[in-house]
Amino acid sequence: MSPVWLLALIPYVGLLWVTLYNRAEPEIFGFPFFYWYQLAWVPITSLLLYIVYRSLQKAGRVSHDD
Amino acid sequence: MTTEIDYTALGVFLFFFVLVTVMGFIAAYWRRPETLAHIDEWGLGGRQFGTWITWFLVGGDFYTAYTVIAVPALVYATGAFGFFALPYTIIVYPFVFAVMPLLWKVAKDNNYVTAADVVHGRYGSRALELAVAGTGVIATMPYIALQLVGMAVAIQALGITGEIPLVIAFLVLALYTYSSGLRAPALIAFVKDIMIYIVVLVAIGIVPFKLGGYGAVFHAAQKAFETKGSGGILLSSQQIIPYASLALGSALAAFMYPHTLTGVFASRSRNTIRKNAMLLPAYTLLLGLLALLGYMGHAAGLKLAHNNDVVPALFQTLFPSWFAGFAFAAIAVGALVPAAVMSIGAANLFTRNFWKAYVHPQVTPAGEAQVAKITSMLVKVGALLVIIYLPTQFALDLQLLGGLWILQTFPALIFGLYTRFFKAKALLLGWAVGLTVGTYFAWSDGLKPLHKIAYGSDSVTIYVGLIALVLNIVVATLFSLFLPADRPQEQAAAPSSIG
Repeated sequence: MSPVWLLALIPYVGLLWVTLYNRAEPEIFGFPFFYWYQLAWVPITSLLLYIVYRSLQKAGRVSHDD
Repeated sequence: MTTEIDYTALGVFLFFFVLVTVMGFIAAYWRRPETLAHIDEWGLGGRQFGTWITWFLVGGDFYTAYTVIAVPALVYATGAFGFFALPYTIIVYPFVFAVMPLLWKVAKDNNYVTAADVVHGRYGSRALELAVAGTGVIATMPYIALQLVGMAVAIQALGITGEIPLVIAFLVLALYTYSSGLRAPALIAFVKDIMIYIVVLVAIGIVPFKLGGYGAVFHAAQKAFETKGSGGILLSSQQIIPYASLALGSALAAFMYPHTLTGVFASRSRNTIRKNAMLLPAYTLLLGLLALLGYMGHAAGLKLAHNNDVVPALFQTLFPSWFAGFAFAAIAVGALVPAAVMSIGAANLFTRNFWKAYVHPQVTPAGEAQVAKITSMLVKVGALLVIIYLPTQFALDLQLLGGLWILQTFPALIFGLYTRFFKAKALLLGWAVGLTVGTYFAWSDGLKPLHKIAYGSDSVTIYVGLIALVLNIVVATLFSLFLPADRPQEQAAAPSSIG
């Protein structure tokens, strides 16, 4: 199993470790940290999965017509 | 909320409802197969949905109308805690990306239609198959009923009272699902999702302007929670573990449901699923912003009889009636897609894992399609009767238990994709223990999703479904050590490797 799969685990750490982000500061555009931090994980998770996908393709584990 | 009929809003609402109904019937001719009288065609749309159709279908099916009403309502009532839907609908996708392509492959290679088919193929156990199928059907029923609750809230917001409109809407849905199968919700999902996207983007763009910006919205919400003496825009220290465990438990349960799995099995290829795991989070972003409507309700100073009214009341208060009508139509149409897919998923289970298994083993694929069509009708009528004759709370309680129950099918369905270690009897026992103990905990806690575990003078509160799942896995593992190997039915040899 390729170590690139570890990337897919990062969102679990980032979002289930709640004490990490249960705070109000710093705010962005009026959003307390708690809110924009979690929203930010949406594109980050997509990006991480994309990296896993591409690296599986390069390693030949996934083909285009799979 | 307004109780007089608003004719502008009603007109816009009816226009979109009729449009969608026509599309539902036309769907039978969309990507027309040689025949719809085959369960693969009626129940899985011919297993040929590509990336975009799957994106709309699963998005429309997973982020339901009830979500649009209930998540802002929970945020309105409790604050930050209601936000657990956000981490939940993010961490579900790495799981989907890694696991669902393997499940799809097994289903495709063996022509399986349901989760219970996969389990039967892998373990050759009719009992385990029945447990998985029965759990799926029972967990789905209250979920369909909740879609009706979402639809009823939208219809009432138009100022229409009584149950007749709901009954008509649902019968129309039942008829076109009967004739078009999974193609109907797949086609309607395009309209539904675009409508919902417009509504939410307008709401989150315009409402905060009218209320003084996002900072003011959060501030007003915090004030309201302080006045009320409970809730807050951050979690209390006792809420941290419940928040995380609800997010994790819900994420593991989400793709065990028949309606989400139907979307997966209907995909064209494994890459379709992988790409969707990367693209579906767009809906999560929408959901997170939608949840903030709960806080906007506080900022707008709404006085509500029911928390569920927060979204309709906001639209009525802040927007012209034509747009309110559009928003309510989006919610009502939003209920149709999941309700259709759920009834199809439940019908597929009944047909394949009960009718074919016990009543008529020689049934043809055309016969299967016919049984599934009739079952999908009955399932919808059942959900309708539940909503009309039983209190809404009953459906809510059952849906909570349904989440706990469906999670107990996880080991049987997923572990077999990776290992031959687990045995059918052990998995069945684990399922039974998880189901019984979990239901007992939830019941004795007054049908609450959280259970307090005391150790010494300390205690920790965890999502009850997750506690039950751990027990389930422990029992399944211990008994698998001693039981003999099973006899698989399926063609594929070894468990699939990660591809």
